Amino acid sequence: MSADAPVMRRQVVLSGVGGQGILFLSRLLAETAIACGFPVLTSETHGMAQRGGVVVSHLKVGGFDSPLVRTGRADLLLVLKEENVALHREFLADGGTLVVNAAVPTDAGPGVRVHAVDADALALSAGAPLAVNLVLLGFALARVAGGTPGGFFCTAGEVREALSRRQGTDGSRLAASLSALDLGIAHGT
Amino acid sequence: MQGNDAIARGLVEAGCAVAASYPGTPASEILSSIDRWRKKCGATMHVEWAVNEKVALEIAYTAAITGLRAAVSMKQVGLNVASDPFLSAAYLGVTGGFLVVSADDPGPHSSQTEQDSRLLALMAKVPVLDPASPAQARTLAGTGFDLSETFGVPVMLRPTTRVCHASQDVDAAPFRPPAREARFVKDPSRWAATPVFRRKLHDRLAEKIAAIAAWPATAPIRVNPEVSTAKAVVASGVAFAHARELFGELGISGQLALYQVVQPYPLHAAFIEHLLDTYAEILVLEESAPVIEMQVADRRRVRGRMTGAVPGTGELLPEIIERLLSRFAGLPVQAGALPAQGSGRRPTLCPGCAHRSSFYAIRKAAPAGIYPSDIGCYTLGINLGAVDTVLCMGAAVSQAAGFDYAHRLSGKRVDIVATIGDSTFYHAGIPPLIDAVVQGARFVLVILDNGTTAMTGNQPTPGTGIGAGGETTAAVDMEGLVRACGVRFCRTANPDRLPEFVALLREALVHARERGVAVVIARQPCAMVTRAAGGKEPGAIIITGECTGCRHCVDRFECPALVFDEAANRVRVDEMTCNGCGVCVSVCPLGAIVPESAGEKRS
Repeated sequence: MSADAPVMRRQVVLSGVGGQGILFLSRLLAETAIACGFPVLTSETHGMAQRGGVVVSHLKVGGFDSPLVRTGRADLLLVLKEENVALHREFLADGGTLVVNAAVPTDAGPGVRVHAVDADALALSAGAPLAVNLVLLGFALARVAGGTPGGFFCTAGEVREALSRRQGTDGSRLAASLSALDLGIAHGT
Repeated sequence: MQGNDAIARGLVEAGCAVAASYPGTPASEILSSIDRWRKKCGATMHVEWAVNEKVALEIAYTAAITGLRAAVSMKQVGLNVASDPFLSAAYLGVTGGFLVVSADDPGPHSSQTEQDSRLLALMAKVPVLDPASPAQARTLAGTGFDLSETFGVPVMLRPTTRVCHASQDVDAAPFRPPAREARFVKDPSRWAATPVFRRKLHDRLAEKIAAIAAWPATAPIRVNPEVSTAKAVVASGVAFAHARELFGELGISGQLALYQVVQPYPLHAAFIEHLLDTYAEILVLEESAPVIEMQVADRRRVRGRMTGAVPGTGELLPEIIERLLSRFAGLPVQAGALPAQGSGRRPTLCPGCAHRSSFYAIRKAAPAGIYPSDIGCYTLGINLGAVDTVLCMGAAVSQAAGFDYAHRLSGKRVDIVATIGDSTFYHAGIPPLIDAVVQGARFVLVILDNGTTAMTGNQPTPGTGIGAGGETTAAVDMEGLVRACGVRFCRTANPDRLPEFVALLREALVHARERGVAVVIARQPCAMVTRAAGGKEPGAIIITGECTGCRHCVDRFECPALVFDEAANRVRVDEMTCNGCGVCVSVCPLGAIVPESAGEKRS
């Protein structure tokens, strides 16, 4: 990553509903960005919306001042609840990438690359219904590889390291998280 | 570091010795974070979740009149509760640094109002600092203590949601241990001032504010001093962060001067003069009231929320600021659409939440009742048709009494069943309960006692017996407290045992109609807490072929785990979300929801 570090600027929007672990994903990605040496700004949803309502996180990697991604500016949109595509599609820039938790690829209109995976089914089959977020992230990291134009600011390996630092003291939890991430990666590869 | 972590870090770095708070979005994480930093640096501090914001402010303020540094944190409507001591504290002043952190919520995202705490600071004559980012919030915590001690006044730090719940890479400084000793110097003419002395203290306060309006450390910052132009943008808080980023993207740094106001009140006098001497047009971007704008007295040159140039309500999203800046710079407006807000899936009580059982039972026991409620997760009982009013903390109890008096005057009898959470009851529900007993009000109060302050992230309540740092504390006996208020009917039950709970509510209603206030304590731990502790295995509930698609469970019980399958015209259990509490078994009128037994596996 160091080769393109000086010009790295990425805007990512994460969308889902309360309880799906959007906040966890945005913090994990922010910690990964810091470990990669990039300045980072995120904006989170707290409060009543966390009880099953619409939850959205903004993540800006590179030299930004504002914590919010403007509509039409996001390089990447990760959607954990398919119905939110209609709500948050407008954040994507022309040529941006949508990664969505859906059984069949969602139509997001022209100028958007779409990658879909049934992360619910994968997580449930792995006996980890609460790990949908990490399954989708793993899938996204495999499909929209770090270093590609508009792709992630980091590699799957760097996210694995950040996850290990975050949950390092909790061995069984870390193992479960890593296996959910790897499950997503395997399906995206 | 999250904005709230950064504020906490700044406070502990600056030697804060006493910190108190009552949880409320977006300020909730500040106090728990203070406790984490305290443990990390090994400082000796008093850190507490107070029963309400007024008590929290008075505790921290008092520490600051013994010479210690102290802070109180709350959300903006919490400052309403604490406004009495806040306004008085401004007159009396402090000897140690005293910071009031009041977090605003323009939008509003998770609040009853989008009021501007800076306006209350202006009313109280308390200087206020307005950070634009988590990093700046950390710095201003220390600056605030210095300002407070230099002039002997309380200081407000006013972050907004986009600072509190933004995260950023933040530099940290070493912790400065609180090395001072508490030393209270008696001075009744100040600390117990009567009106004669208050008048003198008000004069003193006015002098302090005039001096603070010239204090260099908090003076506005000019971003592009090299630019000479007739137009200036003056911004504070996160509106400044949006503006600064847009200045770069729109390439307007050479056309417009940009200033960040760090201290919106009192606005620096020399700055006001400089603005009016230098610029023909001044655009003010601030959230959410025109606090800076109204201090720039020349109405012909200033544009902002008062003049209508900037929307008068709502959050100043970057898309709005992009439009305003483009127009102000004379550029074509190319800003994107505003992001969707207030649409999409509505929030709902968690699967397995016992509040759902309580609301279902209340509607069953008092189907024609009026249901006053209060502030917390259980406000979501509105989805279940069991919440008719929500005003502010504690109002469920006084509104229940108010409904009774109003209807009685008109000769009408109506069942009133009010709901209030345990934390909200301790916060503001006790005085109105005493009042209702004395006045002979007739209603049932259901205290939804889940043993936690769930909405804001499961902070302890006075009934929990756990302190802010996880230490054991004394615990309040809720039943004893209710009885001591004079309530003669006070019974406790588990609402998840639905048939028994409905019967108890009916008994309480009979008492209320004939003999006055009845209290039912619905006690069952928060499902988020039990889920975090291991919870139950999913898949314990199945829907049998008896389901006719009548929608009773979906409409009246609204559990996220009960999903209506339109194609099949029946209900199915979403195994991803079901926590297996089994309450829905007694909800289905046809008995089509049953626990999965060993011999009855799904096909």
